Order: sequence, then structure tokens, then C-alpha cells
Amino acid sequence: MLKQIEGSHGVAEAVGLCRPEVICAYPITPQTHIVEDLGALVKKGQLTDCEFINVESEFAALSVGIGSSAAGARTYTATASQGLLYMAEAVYNASGLGLPIVMTVGNRAIGSPINIWNDQSDSMSMRDAGWIQLFAETNQQAIDVHIQAFKIAETLSMPVMVCMDGFILTHAYERMDVPDQEQVDRFLPPFEPRQVLDPADPKSIGAMVGPEAFTEVRYIAHHKQMQALKVIPQIAEEFKGIFGRDSGGLISTYRADDADTLIVTLGSVIGTISEVIDEMRDKGQKIGAVTIRSFRPFPLDEIHEVLKNTRRVVVFEKCLAVGLGGIVASNVRMAHRGQTSPVYTVIGGLGGRPITRASLQELFEKAMTDDLEETTFLDLKQDVVDQEMEREKKFSRSGAIAENILRDVGVVDVAKTT
Amino acid sequence: MANQQVKFYQTGTLTVGNRLLDSKLRTVQATMDRSNSLDSGHRACQGCGEALGARYAIDAAMRATNNQLIAANATGCLEVFTTPYPESAWRIPWMHSLFGNAPAVATGIAAAMKVKGKNDVRVIAQGGDGGTTDIGFGCLSGMFERNDDVLYICYDNQGYMNTGVQRSSATPGGARTATTMPLGPEPGADFDKGKNVPLIAMAHNIPYVATASVDRLHDLEAKVKKAMSIRGARYIQIFVPCPLGWGSNPANTIQVARLAVECGMYPLFEAEFGEIISSTKIRRKVQVEEYLKLQRRFAHVLKNPDQLQLVQSVADKNIQKFSLMGFQGGEV
Repeated sequence: MLKQIEGSHGVAEAVGLCRPEVICAYPITPQTHIVEDLGALVKKGQLTDCEFINVESEFAALSVGIGSSAAGARTYTATASQGLLYMAEAVYNASGLGLPIVMTVGNRAIGSPINIWNDQSDSMSMRDAGWIQLFAETNQQAIDVHIQAFKIAETLSMPVMVCMDGFILTHAYERMDVPDQEQVDRFLPPFEPRQVLDPADPKSIGAMVGPEAFTEVRYIAHHKQMQALKVIPQIAEEFKGIFGRDSGGLISTYRADDADTLIVTLGSVIGTISEVIDEMRDKGQKIGAVTIRSFRPFPLDEIHEVLKNTRRVVVFEKCLAVGLGGIVASNVRMAHRGQTSPVYTVIGGLGGRPITRASLQELFEKAMTDDLEETTFLDLKQDVVDQEMEREKKFSRSGAIAENILRDVGVVDVAKTT
Repeated sequence: MANQQVKFYQTGTLTVGNRLLDSKLRTVQATMDRSNSLDSGHRACQGCGEALGARYAIDAAMRATNNQLIAANATGCLEVFTTPYPESAWRIPWMHSLFGNAPAVATGIAAAMKVKGKNDVRVIAQGGDGGTTDIGFGCLSGMFERNDDVLYICYDNQGYMNTGVQRSSATPGGARTATTMPLGPEPGADFDKGKNVPLIAMAHNIPYVATASVDRLHDLEAKVKKAMSIRGARYIQIFVPCPLGWGSNPANTIQVARLAVECGMYPLFEAEFGEIISSTKIRRKVQVEEYLKLQRRFAHVLKNPDQLQLVQSVADKNIQKFSLMGFQGGEV
């Protein structure tokens, strides 16, 4: 059913259609509207047979989810940013226990300095935590991927993190097709846990495992993610069969077939990137894009295949491996191994900095003449950086970097005078 | 099974005796058909108070729930000594997740049972004092304030024993631990620090809070049984001596526990909805010295009259505050 709604509301409706039995709610911007809307669905009786629990922290949110999932209930929660870090220990625990919890991450920067706006540092910090990580490009995809996420999670008995850009998707009002209950029921059977806490068949779960078995347990986690490389496209196909939309899978491409230059990215920024590509294509430039939908498991073969005939690769990512450069680019380089064409890293949109068409076009033009550094920070204010570095050289007690820079760019002064 | 009236003690041990009783008067733990939730063969140390407390508490809860019980366990000695898999000593559905989240995991299990209509299945969370009063405290308080249908049992051995005897917020003043060594002008753990979690639990206005001790197992069983007759958040804190961490003779575990109660260092009481409804009266009051001298962790205190006086004043305050005098007979 077509609706003009907020992205978060669409996700809440989609999750509700999946008949979750336990939902743990803790507020953190920008995912909060999702759990608020789910709470309302439960309160007004639209979502029945569901325990909606207001917990005291994100650590508790996922811990309650671990208990409910281990006891056989379909379980959902949502978080972002600092919240994801606060629950980090439970994130690893949920995957180690093989619990098919679905969790939305409304992608947001990580502090300090505290910043509530969008980038993907939060999800990326948990990339090796054993969860499947699916990134949505649009709100329609966010809806559809959540429905698929429960099926993927329960098929493999492992947790799935659905990552959607904070504000850009979570707070955007747009037209979305929200499926019918009947369709979702046809697609998603009731949860059949592989392990369950049951007095009729008492089992110990979460016991200590020593060196004699730990490697095998970890290997199976990896092996299951390799299986997920097959399961994710299969489930996307099934979804297409019932809902009539292609919405999921491992990667997607945009005008990539004959491209000399391929932009690799993930999440909603593909919207802006594809517009820039259209303009450049109109001018006869051979440029295209690849969007990674499944970051974990990382589709090495698919990405290798799509990149192998291009002359250069530009990885555009909203996260940073401090001291290295690109997180996504490092992974893409692994897929691109054995090829001679260069892979450039571009870090952009950190802490919600706007990613403009003009900046992207300039960047891509430079890339097409191989005039890019190994790692580029899009729209970096180099003069501000130089000023702060100079200050640190000059004064041993130069002050707090974030506050200095805010003052330098004039935000503090402007705020005082307005 | 009804709480049994046991009339006398075994010579020299101060513990409740079975051997001298007629077979039909023996405790439920002496029967062949007890639930045996925590089976033999686990790896607890000799004289472990926690193993004893857990076995009696969980068996009592099993009887009270007709064996419809699930337990969530915090990381700690109890978790480690019971489950180096495949040698799990648990005969109940049991789950360990993390050190600091057992109350939240239990909340999740209880929510799953509720949503599935399995109202007869009850949930216990359990952990040591470190997992309860320190790292798990946020989750514990959250579970309390939501009044989730969970009984949380804290096995209080007054320190982080699993990691090698470090100080927790339940470690008493003066006690030696690996992080409060008997060195310098103020040896051992600081006085006037630490928290009383039973009182904090009461401040959440939950339906039931109790303290218990392994020196009186029928009292412990009765409190667990009572807790399981109530819905909502409940808290029982059990005093469990740790021979390894305390430097006490494993054979003295029961005696150490009894003396802690009899000198006033470990007041036993029950509270409902934030109000104390009863406290266990001291039967034969002893000075704290009698209790301290059985434990090497207090060896330096016994040589230091000022510190000894501080410990005695803690006990005396407890006796006042919890009205521990005025024993009038009956079962202890």
C-alpha cells in the first residue's frame, strides 16, 4: 500500500508486519522514531502478541533481546552511534550465541566530539562482530530489507543489522510501498529456533569453550557468513517473487557495464552519486557505480567481477579507519586483488557534512585523469586544519581541538551574536 | 514440601543435622528424588559456599515451580565451575551471556515466556556480588524498576573471587583482597565504602527482598519458596563464604557463615514493598573477633585494635538498625 510517510515510520510498520514478539526500546537519535512508532503500534493493539520493553540502556536493550531470542521469541531492537558502542559486548555475544535478532542501526557519527548527524562509523565499528550487515540505499529498500532480514537471520540462526543513513533516510518523508500482512506472512514463516531454553528439554547455553573447540566455533561463524552469500540473493529472489520488487541482494550497479571509472559506495549517497553519473554520462564520460548492499558478508567475488574490467576504482565512504584511511576501501582492495587498476579512497560526509553534486563532480573529474591522492577527504577545510596544527606547534597548552576548530570556522562566534 | 522443623544440631558443627533424624524427618535434600538442579561433579573448590547456596536455592525454586524454571547466569565462579562444556552441571535450562547483563537476559526470557503464554515457566537470574553490585548494577536496577517477573539471586562472597580475589563494592571494611592489601597505615579494604544492595533493592519498592545465609538452609529454602510465590521483581542475597578468597578452612564454611550472622555482620531480614517485615534474631551473640579469627583476610585486623573496633561498630550498628536482638526460640 502506497503511503507518504517518514522513513522511520515505514521501517516500524515493516517490522510490525514481521510479527516480532519482543521489542526492546531505548532512545538514541536518529533511530528513536522507529521504536516510538513500534511502541504506538503495540499500545493501540495493531501489533499483538508482542512485549514492548522500555529498557535502561542499549546494553540492556540487546541483553534483553539475547534472553528473549534464546527463549524462542522473534526479537527486534534499534540503535545508533554511541548506543551501538555501549552495547558492543552484547553485539558480539548475540552473534556468538547464534541468535537471529534483527537490529536497525540509524547510521550516525561517533564522538568525541559528540555529533548526532549521519555517517557510517557506528556500523563499521561492528563490522567484525559476526552480524550480517545490510545497507539500505532508499527508504523503500529499508522497508524491504527489514522483512528479508528476519528471514535471513532465522534461516542461518545469526543476527542481522540493517543499516540505514540517519536523518537522510530515517527522517525523510517520502512515498513508500508498505506491504500487506498477508504478503509478509506468505514470505516469512513463524520463528523456529535452533536452540531454545525450555524446561521440557533443559540445555546449557553460553558455556565456557576452551582452546580445544574455540577455533571451530569461530570458523563456523565465518562459514555461515559464507553461506549467507548464497542465502541473501536467494531470499531477495523469493522476496521479488511475492512483492514484485528487486530490493536486496549483495550488490547493485548503476550504469557500470562499460565504465572506465567505477564509484563504489554504500547507503543512501548513491542517490546523489547516480545523478552526477547521469550528468557525466550525458557528456559522454564512461562512469558508473557499484553499491554494496551486504557489507558482511563481504561479496568478494561479485565485487571482483564487476570491477575487473574498469580502469580505476573510487571508493566513496562515510567512515574512516584512523591511521589507515578507508575501511570500505580496504575491503574493496581485497576484492580487487590481482588487478592493476588503481583503487582510490575518498572519505566524505563525516558527521553529516553535506555531500554535494558539485563536489562529487569535481572529484570524479579528477579521478578520471588519475589526479587523486591515495586517500582524499572530500571538501576538507585545509586552512582550518593548518591553523590548528600551527597552534599546536606554537603553544604546548593549545586547548581542545574541537572547540578551537569550531571557533576558527566561526560557529561559536556566530552562535554568540545571533 | 513444607518447611521442616529441625530440632537439633550435629555435635561440633553448628549445622542442621540429618543423620540423627528419623528418615521421614530428614530434609528434602536427603531424598533420592530431589531435583538436583546443580549436579555433582562440578569444579567448585572444597567448602564453596556459593555451590551450596546455589544448589539449595535452585532446588527450592524448582520445587516451588514444579520444575518449570529457566536460569540466566552472570559470568563468575558459579558460571565457570558449573559449565566447562560438555560437563555442564545444570539440569535446568540455563544460559550464560555476559558478566553485567544477567538481569536483562532474565527479563528477556520472562518476556518470551509471557508472550508465548507460558505463565507457569518462571525465571531466575543469578550471579556473584561483583556481577550484581558492580558491573551488573545498571541492568539489575532496570529490572527492578520495571518490576519484571524475575527472581535475582546474588551469591555474596564479598569480592571478585573468579579473577583472583579483588575488592568489590560488597567487600567489607578491613578485608584483605588482591586490590586492598594489608599494607600501610590503613590496611585492607576502606571502611565507609561499599553499598548495601538489599536496601537499594527495597528502595525500588519491589514486592520482595531478603537476605539469607548458607548456615541456615531451611531459612534460605523458605525465602526462595516465598519469593517464587510472588510475581514481579524479587531479590535474595545469600551470604556464601569463599574459603579460597577469605583464607578460611573449607571445613569451616558453615561455621563462618553462622558466626557472620551471630555477630551482626550479616543481618538476615525480609522486606516487602520497601518495608522490612522481619529480621532473624541473633541466638547467641558473639563479638566480631570470633567471626574474623577464622579468616586470614582479617588477620591484620585482629592485631589492630582500632580496626577491630571499626568492624565491631559495623556489627553493632547492624544489630540496632535491623533489630537483631531479642531471640525468643524457634527454628534458626
